[in-house]
Amino acid sequence: MVQRLRVRYAKRGRLRFTSHRDISRAVERAVRRADIPVAYSAGFSPHPKISYAGAAPTGVASEAEYLEIGVSRPCDPHRLRADLDASLPPGLDVLDVVEARDSGLADRLEGSVWELRLPGMDPEVAAKAVETFVAADRVEVERLTKKGLRRFDAREAVLSLAVQEGEGRAAGQEPDRPCVILRMVVRHATPAVRPDDVLTGLRLVAGFAPLSPPEVTRLAQGPLDAATGEPADPFDFDRVGGDR
Amino acid sequence: MSVESLFPRLEPLLPKVQKPIQYVGGELNSTVKDWDEASVRWALMYPDAYEVGLPNQGVQILYEILNELPETMAERTYAVWPDLEALMRSEGVPQFTVDAHRPVRAFDVLGVSFSTELGYTNLLTALDLAGIPLDAVERTDEDPIVLAGGHAAFNPEPIADFLDAAVLGDGEQIAIAISEVIREWKGEGEPGGRDELLMRLASTGGVYVPKFYDVEYHPDGRIMRVVPNRAGVPSRVFKHTVMDLDEWPYPKKPLVPLAETVHERFSVEIFRGCTRGCRFCQAGMITRPVRERSITTIGDMVENGIRESGFNEVGLLSLSSADHSEIGDVAKGLADRYEGTNTSLSLPSTRVDAFNIDLANEFSRNGRRSGLTFAPEGGSERMRKVINKMVTEEDLIRTVTTAYSQGWRQVKLYFMCGLPTEEDVDVLGIADLAKKVIQAGREATGSRDVRCTVSIGGFVPKPHTPFQWAAQCDHETVDRRLRELRDALRGDKAYGRAIGYRYHDGKPSIVEGLLSRGDRRVGRVIRAVWEDGGRFDGWSEHFSYERWMVAADKSLADEPVDVDWYTTREREEHEVLPWDHLDAGLDREWLWQDWQDAVSDVEVEDCRWTPCYDCGVCPTMGTEIQIGPTGKKLLPLTVI
Repeated sequence: MVQRLRVRYAKRGRLRFTSHRDISRAVERAVRRADIPVAYSAGFSPHPKISYAGAAPTGVASEAEYLEIGVSRPCDPHRLRADLDASLPPGLDVLDVVEARDSGLADRLEGSVWELRLPGMDPEVAAKAVETFVAADRVEVERLTKKGLRRFDAREAVLSLAVQEGEGRAAGQEPDRPCVILRMVVRHATPAVRPDDVLTGLRLVAGFAPLSPPEVTRLAQGPLDAATGEPADPFDFDRVGGDR
Repeated sequence: MSVESLFPRLEPLLPKVQKPIQYVGGELNSTVKDWDEASVRWALMYPDAYEVGLPNQGVQILYEILNELPETMAERTYAVWPDLEALMRSEGVPQFTVDAHRPVRAFDVLGVSFSTELGYTNLLTALDLAGIPLDAVERTDEDPIVLAGGHAAFNPEPIADFLDAAVLGDGEQIAIAISEVIREWKGEGEPGGRDELLMRLASTGGVYVPKFYDVEYHPDGRIMRVVPNRAGVPSRVFKHTVMDLDEWPYPKKPLVPLAETVHERFSVEIFRGCTRGCRFCQAGMITRPVRERSITTIGDMVENGIRESGFNEVGLLSLSSADHSEIGDVAKGLADRYEGTNTSLSLPSTRVDAFNIDLANEFSRNGRRSGLTFAPEGGSERMRKVINKMVTEEDLIRTVTTAYSQGWRQVKLYFMCGLPTEEDVDVLGIADLAKKVIQAGREATGSRDVRCTVSIGGFVPKPHTPFQWAAQCDHETVDRRLRELRDALRGDKAYGRAIGYRYHDGKPSIVEGLLSRGDRRVGRVIRAVWEDGGRFDGWSEHFSYERWMVAADKSLADEPVDVDWYTTREREEHEVLPWDHLDAGLDREWLWQDWQDAVSDVEVEDCRWTPCYDCGVCPTMGTEIQIGPTGKKLLPLTVI
């Protein structure tokens, strides 16, 4: 392996139903079809050197997913971006590629911006619920995880939560009808607080419950800026080089 | 009339179901054509879960061929899991195709490929969800023609009530021919409705329309005769055979799913048909004669398939892959081409002889030598003569000795239990054989680090085979023999740990037997099982033997027949069998003679290397054996 390339990609539309494993198979095949000189691990069953950081859950769309490809001969990031994008199915779209300067990508993904579109909900009711949630110190929620039913606080990791109005096409609804948009910045923690945990919290503290499954999109992930409370581009470091 | 996508109605259901990706389509190389520009529209179904159905070669080939026709389009649909089925029912979402999410009922043809009989209940779910009446006679001109194909369609009688038509044999040419008949009929303004269309199809002799045939029974329940009930319908329906497979190099654009499926590889069928003459093997009987793809076509298909799919594994498929006349050159040529590329090659379905070890060695050049699989099928010398699997114990021991001494550590052996004339000693012979295999491995390697896995399936007598007359072994006997074999394997401490043992209980085989050799009366049983919630009968977690038995008792109560009558009863030579009017080309007298030979331990050679033994297929079907060698070699791929 002579070089590592970092890829930001989107998971859009119906491809949001891909699981993390589905995506990793699709990427491996796309890499082979695109003739990208991916490096392989040694041993009896060599695996392509592709690693993933912080994948969004199945069913959630994303504009900011990240993976890293190790290659066996140097590649131009622009060329790789075009080749890989052309080879991936529409809906898995490559947005940005940089050459890695360190091994700290996963650590740099400190928080995410999520957007939830909730069709047919009243913005004022939503705003009240958000106010109650934000005012609380703790909001205990339960979720079934691989390790069983877990109970944890969904409040502390939420750095900001705001209601916007807009138009959107939510699943199964008429196109472009008014809907409530929840925008939130959530710090990555263990156990992870996911957008549906925040929704559960809103239901618990204020009885706020969407009529149909919301369309959830991750808009960004990156290092959290202490001043703004918003994530910055995790590729800034690779692009400018040097110290942070 | 255009049809709208059902996706906006399906989408809100998807977050609530397991593995939603299987329902969204968008596979690499999938095709969505304009609805209004096509005049003939096929929905192709594999009646099992997407993860099983997507890789199916038959469906992929027909999908591609039909979509290549200018005025024809094809989309795919699969069985939905019970979680989505329940939501579709409550929300009123009908059965959909995964390509453009169009309602299945809007298509002209619903073509269903049955590799196994265990998909029958899933057909009923799909019809019901689609809003298509289950009974073919209740369908209107608004409903598609429900057409069955695949190996199980060689006896479609158990599902005859639910089908409009069935085709036997290779699908490539007949699918195109059917499209042409439909195109003409629609072009003329659909004269005479669906009955005339079905008449036009039936009159060719190549499409079976069950409702144009009446079945009459003797008072004791046996079939008296099956006769056409209207003029112009031929008394026999013939299977289809594609000659010159090099002309049909499909799939050219293999479907690559996002969801995980059971076969994550690109498969090339290196030949079709098999004349080894194993008497239990329906596939070998109904796909005759042997037709090879040439070494150069195989090389081209592999290269193209890898490039189009991005798969890193290639499987060379056939019923007995090492029998290709140039398999040695194919193996060496492909191994040379892909050495060092992380593309692996596999060769399933090989026989017991040392030559196959050489092939396996070629295919594992870069990788590890983990396991080799052989299928002696019968545990004793006598049993193997009965089933015409010409492998001696000496052959097997010599082969595994070679394998172990060349670095293979694990040998898997396939057998069947419940074969005709089988006695306890034949099954217990499997234990002796497995121990000798381990002993040979230990001697060859000087190590105790050798393993052997014994895998056993239940034998089910199939139509169009010499065993079509045989009594199926009852499940109590099968289970008892399998238990005794287990005790014999585990009881011997010197070998117990080196030998693995895999088997299933005998009950599912009885249901498979009922469906395999059933007649039209079995349709009531299938329907009753489905109404009682029967789904996905090929999945042990969904299959219920008791449900089938209760449904059979109820549905057959007024008939002189029952499950035993269909399964464990031996048939007389001249009994009319439910599929006798469906012609696979096999001469009935030859089949009977082969059955008599079976019970007298008489073997028959392969007609590729010995004179024709008059099974009847080639003269009846106007076909011939097509095999090499061509003398050609695979050249290295040009390096870019």
